[in-house]
Amino acid sequence: MRRNHRLRWQAAAIMTVAALAVAACSSSSTSSSSPGSGSTSSSAALTASAPGITATTITIGSHQPLTGPAAPGYSEIAPAANAYFSYVNAHGGVYGRKIVYKYLDDAYNPTTTTSVVHELVLQDNVYALFNGLGTPTHLAVVSFLNAQKVPDVFVASGCECWNNPTQYPETFGWQLDYVREGKILGNYIKQHYAGKKIGYFYQNDEFGQDGVKGLDFEIPHSAVVSRQTYVPTNVNIAPQVAALRASGAQVVVAFSIPAFTALLKLNSLKLGFSPTLVVSDVGSDPITLGGLVTSFAKQGGATVNGSQLINGIITDAYLPALSTSDSWYVLFKKIHDQYEPKAPLDGNFFYGMSVAYTFVQAMLKAGRNPTRADLVTAIQGGMPQGPAVAPYSYSSSDHSGITGAYMGVIQNGVVVQQGPVLVTDTSASGAITTYSGSEQQAPASGIPSP
Amino acid sequence: MTMHTLPRRLGLAVVTAVIVWFLSVRLDTFRDFQIAQVAVYVPAVAGLTVLTGLSGQISLGNGAFMAIGAYATALLLLHLNWPFVAALVASAAVTAVAGGIVGVAAARLRGPYLAGLTLLLGVALPSLAFAYQGVFGADQGLSVTFTTPAFLGATFPLTRWQAWVSTVVALVTLVLLANLCYSRIGRNWRAVRDDEVAAALDGVNVAVTRTLAFVVSAVCAGLAGSLLAIVTSLVAPGAYTITLSIALLTAAVIGGLGSLPGALWGSLLIVLLPTYVTDVATSHGLSSSVGSNIPIAAYGAVLILVMLAFPQGIQGGLRRLLTLFTGPDAKTRIPGDAPAPHVTPQADEAPASQTEKEGTS
Repeated sequence: MRRNHRLRWQAAAIMTVAALAVAACSSSSTSSSSPGSGSTSSSAALTASAPGITATTITIGSHQPLTGPAAPGYSEIAPAANAYFSYVNAHGGVYGRKIVYKYLDDAYNPTTTTSVVHELVLQDNVYALFNGLGTPTHLAVVSFLNAQKVPDVFVASGCECWNNPTQYPETFGWQLDYVREGKILGNYIKQHYAGKKIGYFYQNDEFGQDGVKGLDFEIPHSAVVSRQTYVPTNVNIAPQVAALRASGAQVVVAFSIPAFTALLKLNSLKLGFSPTLVVSDVGSDPITLGGLVTSFAKQGGATVNGSQLINGIITDAYLPALSTSDSWYVLFKKIHDQYEPKAPLDGNFFYGMSVAYTFVQAMLKAGRNPTRADLVTAIQGGMPQGPAVAPYSYSSSDHSGITGAYMGVIQNGVVVQQGPVLVTDTSASGAITTYSGSEQQAPASGIPSP
Repeated sequence: MTMHTLPRRLGLAVVTAVIVWFLSVRLDTFRDFQIAQVAVYVPAVAGLTVLTGLSGQISLGNGAFMAIGAYATALLLLHLNWPFVAALVASAAVTAVAGGIVGVAAARLRGPYLAGLTLLLGVALPSLAFAYQGVFGADQGLSVTFTTPAFLGATFPLTRWQAWVSTVVALVTLVLLANLCYSRIGRNWRAVRDDEVAAALDGVNVAVTRTLAFVVSAVCAGLAGSLLAIVTSLVAPGAYTITLSIALLTAAVIGGLGSLPGALWGSLLIVLLPTYVTDVATSHGLSSSVGSNIPIAAYGAVLILVMLAFPQGIQGGLRRLLTLFTGPDAKTRIPGDAPAPHVTPQADEAPASQTEKEGTS
C-alpha cells in the first residue's frame, strides 16, 4: 500500500507546484495593451492604437538564426536592423515612439520558429513580425501569423511564396525574389555565354528551385548539361562537383548559401576544374565568402587567399555596392560605427540596415496612430524606393518586393557593377528591361521623411 | 493491489486534467501553447524513462521514433483526411512496428553498443526526408492543418484546444504506462534489468521482454511526435535531429530515471527553461551573441546542478525532501505487498544503482 500513499503525496505536490509555477510565470504577462481605434489626424495625441503600440513604443518581433548552421553571416542582420532602429529612436523615433525590436533565436529550425513566434505574438503582443529569416523557417509560421492578423512584413527570404495576397494578406516579401533573380542571371548567361555548356548547382529547396525556375525561363534546356543539388546539412559536395566536371560544364550557375559557394569553389580547385562561376546574390557577399573560403581551406590543411580566389565570380545585387562614393554606404557606416562598431560592415549588415529603413518608411506612412491594418494598407499603397537599386512592386495584388538588380563581378572584395539595373517580373514571358529611374540618395538626416 | 491502484490512477489523471483545464482557461493563449508543448514531451520522456529506468536499455534514437509518428500523422491528415484520433492511433501502430524492428536488434546489444545503434537511428532517419523529398517535403517538411472543432465556436483559441488534446493523450499514456509498469510485464522488465540470468532462470524470456520495452517506448515517442505535428502545425526534419533525442534523455534523467512523475518535471524543464532564460537574458540587455547562447549554457548548468544535488533526479530529490518532513513512512514497512521477490520496491521511482551503471557504462 505504501506506493499508493506515496503516489498520492507525489501527485499532490507535483500538481500544486506545477499550478503555482505556471500561474506565477503568467502573472508578468497577462496584462496586454488594450486595442483602440486609431485616429490619424496629425495633431492627435499618441495612443495605444494597436497591439504592440503604446504612446511611447512600437514593439516588433522576429525569428533569426543567431546560433546553428545558418548563423554565420545571417546572425549579423538583426543586430544591424536594431542599430538602425536605435539611430531612429535617438533622433525622434517614429512620430515620437521608440521602436523596440525583439528578435529571438530559432537556430534555423522550423519547429523552434513556431515556438518563438507564438511567444512573440501571444505573449509579447508584437505589433508586427519583421524580417523573419529563412524560407523553411518562415513557412512554418506564415499561416499562424495570417490567422492572427499580425502584419508579417519584409520576410528575409526571396521565396516566391510570400507573394500570395489572397492566402496570406498580411505577408510581404522584401528582397529580390529568386525567380526574378534567376531570370536576370539566366539572361546574362544567355547573352554572354551563348553556345557554352552550362551546369547548375543549387540548394534542394524552394530557394534553389525558385532560382532554377527563373534560370530555365531564359537559358535553353539543351545548353544545360548537368543539374546538381545539395542539402545544407551535408557538406560533402565532392560527388556533385565531380559530376559537373565530368559533364564538361564551362559555366556553373550556383543558387547556394555562402558556405556552399565556398565549398563549390574549393572542391572545383581540388579537381582542377575552373568553370566561370555565376552565383546568386544570396551566396556571393564577397566579405563573407572570402572569409569562408580561407577558413574552410585552413580546416582542410591548405592555405589560400580567399578574397583572391573569389575574384571574377559573376553575381547580381539589388543593394548598392559597399563603396564610399555611395550615400547609403556613408549613412550606414556612420550608424555602424556609432551603434554596432564591432560587427563586420559587410553585405549582411547593409541588408539589415536597408530593410530596417524600409520598415521605418512603412511605419511613417501608416500614420500617427496606426492599427495593424493601417500598416498593410500603407505598404500595399506602394513604397518609395529607399536603398534598393530597383523599385518595389507592392500593390494590393503584389506582395513580392524589390523587382530588379544589376549584374556585377567580384573584384578585390567588392562587387563591381557591370551594366545597368534590370527589372522584370516572375512570369516566363515577362521581359527583362533596363530600369530607367535612378538610384535614390540617402536623406541627410538618415531618416526617411513621412 | 491492482484493484485499488487502477481507480486511484484514473482519479489522479482526472484531477490533473481538471487542473490543466482550469489553468488553460484562466491563463493566456501563450501559456496554453506552453502547456501543449509540455504535454507533447510528456509521453516521449515517460516512454524513455520506462525503457531506460525499468528495462535498463538506453536509447539515443527516440527522437527518430517521434519523427516516424509525426510524419505518419502528417501524411494521413494531408492525403487521406483522416480524423486526428484515427491518425494518432495509426501513427502509434506504425511506430510500434518500427520500434519492434529496432527492438529485435537492440535486444542483442548492451550498453554503449546499444547507444551506438540508437544514435545511428537518431542521426540517419531524419535524412530520409531529403532522400524522398517528394513524399516528405525535404527541409520545409509537411504542413499540418489542425483546427478547433466547430462546437467550440469560432473564437475559441486554437492553442487551448491543442493544450487539451495533448494533455488528454499525455494523461492516458501515463495511466497506461503506470499500469504496465506494475503488471507482470513491468516486473519482468525490472527482473531483466537487475539480473538477466536470474530472470531467465525464473522463466522470463529476456529477448522478448527487452524488445517489448522498446516497442512500448517507441509507441510513446510516436504519440508524442503525432502531438508535436498538430501543435507546431509542421513536420520538418529540423525538429527531429539528434538534439531532440538527447533532450529527451536529458529530461528523463533530470526528472528522475524510471519515474513517471519525473517525466513531467523533465518535460516542464526542457520546454520552459530556454524561454525563461532567453527572456531574462534579453531583459538584462545582453548582446545577442551572448544572449542567444545562454539557454544552451543554462541547460548544461541545470543538468550539472541537478545531478550534483539530486543524483536521482528532481523526483528523487522531492521524495527526499518529503521524507525530511514526514519522516520515513512507517506504513511502507508493511511486508507482503511487495510485488515480486527480487524486484526493488522503489525501482519504478528511483534508479537502482544497477541502472546507473548500465546507463553510463
